[in-house]
Amino acid sequence: MAHEKNHDYHILPPSIWPFAGALSGFTMLLGFVLAFGERTPESIKQPYVFIVGTVGVLYVMYAWWSEVVHESNVGDHTPVVRLGLRYGFIMFIMSEVMFFSAWFWAFFKNAIYPMDPDGMSPIVDGVWPPVGIETFDPWHLPLINTLILLCSGAACTWAHHALAHENNRKDTATGLIVAVLLGLIFTVFQAYEYSHAAFGFSGNIYGATFFMATGFHGFHVIIGTIFLFVCYLRLRAGHFTPEKHVGFEAAAWYWHFVDVVWLFLFAAVYIWGGA
Amino acid sequence: MADAAAHGHDHHDERGFFTRWFMSTNHKDIGILYLFTSGFVGFIAVAFTVYMRLELKDPGVQYMCQEGIRLISDGVCAPNGHVWNVIVTAHGILMMFFVVIPALFGGFGNYFMPLHIGAPDMAFPRMNNLSFWLYVSGASLAILSVVVPGGNGQLGSGVGWVLYPPLSTSEQGFSMDLAIFAVHLSGASSILGAINMITTFLNMRAPGMTLFKVPLFAWSIFVTAWLILLALPVLAGAITMLLTDRNFGTTFFQPEGGGDPILYQHILWFFGHPEVYIIVLPGFGIISHVIATFSKKPIFGYLPMVWALIAIGGLGFVVWAHHMYTVGMSLSQQTYFMLATMVIAVPTGVKIFSWIATMWGGSIEFKTPMLWAFGFLFLFTLGGVTGIVLSQAAIDRAYHDTYYVVAHFHYVMSLGAVFAIFAGTYFWIGKMSGRQYPERLGQIHFWMMFIGSNLTFFPQHFLGRQGMPRRYIDYPDGFALWNEVSTWGAFLSFASFLLFIYIVFYTIRSGKPVTENNYWNEHADTLEWTLPSPPPEHTFETLPKREDWDRSHAH
Repeated sequence: MAHEKNHDYHILPPSIWPFAGALSGFTMLLGFVLAFGERTPESIKQPYVFIVGTVGVLYVMYAWWSEVVHESNVGDHTPVVRLGLRYGFIMFIMSEVMFFSAWFWAFFKNAIYPMDPDGMSPIVDGVWPPVGIETFDPWHLPLINTLILLCSGAACTWAHHALAHENNRKDTATGLIVAVLLGLIFTVFQAYEYSHAAFGFSGNIYGATFFMATGFHGFHVIIGTIFLFVCYLRLRAGHFTPEKHVGFEAAAWYWHFVDVVWLFLFAAVYIWGGA
Repeated sequence: MADAAAHGHDHHDERGFFTRWFMSTNHKDIGILYLFTSGFVGFIAVAFTVYMRLELKDPGVQYMCQEGIRLISDGVCAPNGHVWNVIVTAHGILMMFFVVIPALFGGFGNYFMPLHIGAPDMAFPRMNNLSFWLYVSGASLAILSVVVPGGNGQLGSGVGWVLYPPLSTSEQGFSMDLAIFAVHLSGASSILGAINMITTFLNMRAPGMTLFKVPLFAWSIFVTAWLILLALPVLAGAITMLLTDRNFGTTFFQPEGGGDPILYQHILWFFGHPEVYIIVLPGFGIISHVIATFSKKPIFGYLPMVWALIAIGGLGFVVWAHHMYTVGMSLSQQTYFMLATMVIAVPTGVKIFSWIATMWGGSIEFKTPMLWAFGFLFLFTLGGVTGIVLSQAAIDRAYHDTYYVVAHFHYVMSLGAVFAIFAGTYFWIGKMSGRQYPERLGQIHFWMMFIGSNLTFFPQHFLGRQGMPRRYIDYPDGFALWNEVSTWGAFLSFASFLLFIYIVFYTIRSGKPVTENNYWNEHADTLEWTLPSPPPEHTFETLPKREDWDRSHAH
């Protein structure tokens, strides 16, 4: 470089991860069709391309984010860069909100204007839940799961408060671990609930909207749990200070976002749309 | 890529080819990559369309045959509608997702938005490259989907770019699945790009550059990025529903399982209408700078221009069902969507009249970029006017799915957004490559394209009014005259595209070297004109001072 930079922004050296990541993404999605495609010819059906692509994607995520953590530790993340990272993560969450709005749209459309089974829609509406669908009682396991997830969110906020305002690493670590464990319990309970569903995933619109909306939420819970656990490991490694912990903040925001989506699911899908 | 040779005025470029173009974290290099790739994909998409026009030149089917596709008719031909459907679909998907957005938002946006605001690079330079390569991955999947088993026991999927069920959920083969994933990848690429652009815009403006001092092109990219951020994820949801309906037995769009195919249309167009503004808004930004430069006047009504961009972006989210007047919505719904649609004409009118007012009393110079901007203004207005016609639910009863619609949206996109791409290319190619384009050839290119594309699309209004439906391989003899005119227009446009390719490579290899930083005039007053051509690898390592960019009276 001929010049020294005279600003606080982050100028990065060339990196192989974007190319490797996109190539792996291509391989993974092509492999997904080759592995699971309903109409993929048996002669070419096999899981290997999908496995290679997925391993590649996961490895690139690990390597890339390790590099980001390293850059943070050597001081590349100046205050203005940290502000940019926070802007970026907020917008990522906004795009996730819009992604969920598609699934809520599908749910509300069918709950408010159910299709008539005799083909008379839209002159005659059907009923919701559809005839023959036995839904979950929202006041049993779903209510418990709601409390579990809210407690997990509270633990996460406790951890953040302990770090940011008290520099109390012990409480931070405890709070994070409690949040992670409650997140895991939520996932296990959700899996238990799925296995006891009286309606199927395929063949009916109730199962489609229910499982895809709650399923994508569950997927986000798993991601958020991993994210919080990574923050726990990074805390143990001494990466966070009361002033500088963007990764933890992002994880906490993400976790609260997952919470809020669940509250909407609980209120709309389980309570309002379940009876 | 050829500007690698001309690159680096004040230091030797030590990066190897692979490092520079495959591992880039440089917004200017990534912008160049976007421009070349979208040009290449654009060539494929245009070649498809010329082949379609060839087939429509005469009544009957001569080239897309069961016996195989051909370029020279031998008189024996059993019509193969599947090939036609595949090419229509591929043309739409490529143009919508893989040509125009990557060129305007990815290419010019990446290269010039950071320069306009005086930023040393994008906020997330490495993620910027991920956006580019995800776009390449998506385009590769899209092109691959054309040559793998699809519907009707043939290759490729022929469902139209909107991927409406039930055809998209029932089509045989796995071509459709690849097309769906192609759109997923393109969406991820665009969303990451949008996050990057918004963060750069908010966080990295030069000292003193408050929001309403930002140049209009950067503003147009900012508004576009918001539309992408909020619209693309919804599309991802919709096509994921298609995917599970196809492969895992869900019934989102299957009436026999309680689903509703109309739901897909709603969700698709909730994305699809913002999408058309995503395509054209960066073009608005480019046109503003070109018109101001070559009228030798500052842009008229800067602040209303910004608010018009924001208003168009906001309104773009609440008009989607005007694409679906004929699906059986209630009258009150249709009335609402009709009125909301017409309201968009107001901010669009603000822009059109401000451009005209900018030229009013100016000392206009008809260099090639200005010709394209002029063409844009005339043709985009024409397309906008037919848009007002189509916005009326009652009239749409007659025009829906006819060539009138085809003519309308090609006037705003093919003749609007694409003219803006050419305006930007001629405006900035000297800055990007360090060599100036040949003026006479540029003007010939413009007139060929202007005449060619009008010849292609203007007669399609007549065909639509006569009732010729879109998306058919053949038509009755009564439509023959205007179809033949349209086809000759397409041939002329294609020839102009070949000339354009020649001009680009001629310019890069042996165009006249550009010596001045600002080779237009003092009304090209944004920050890129303070830099050498081509700019060094890293720009604004010392952030620009206020007098470099602030032209307001207060300063």
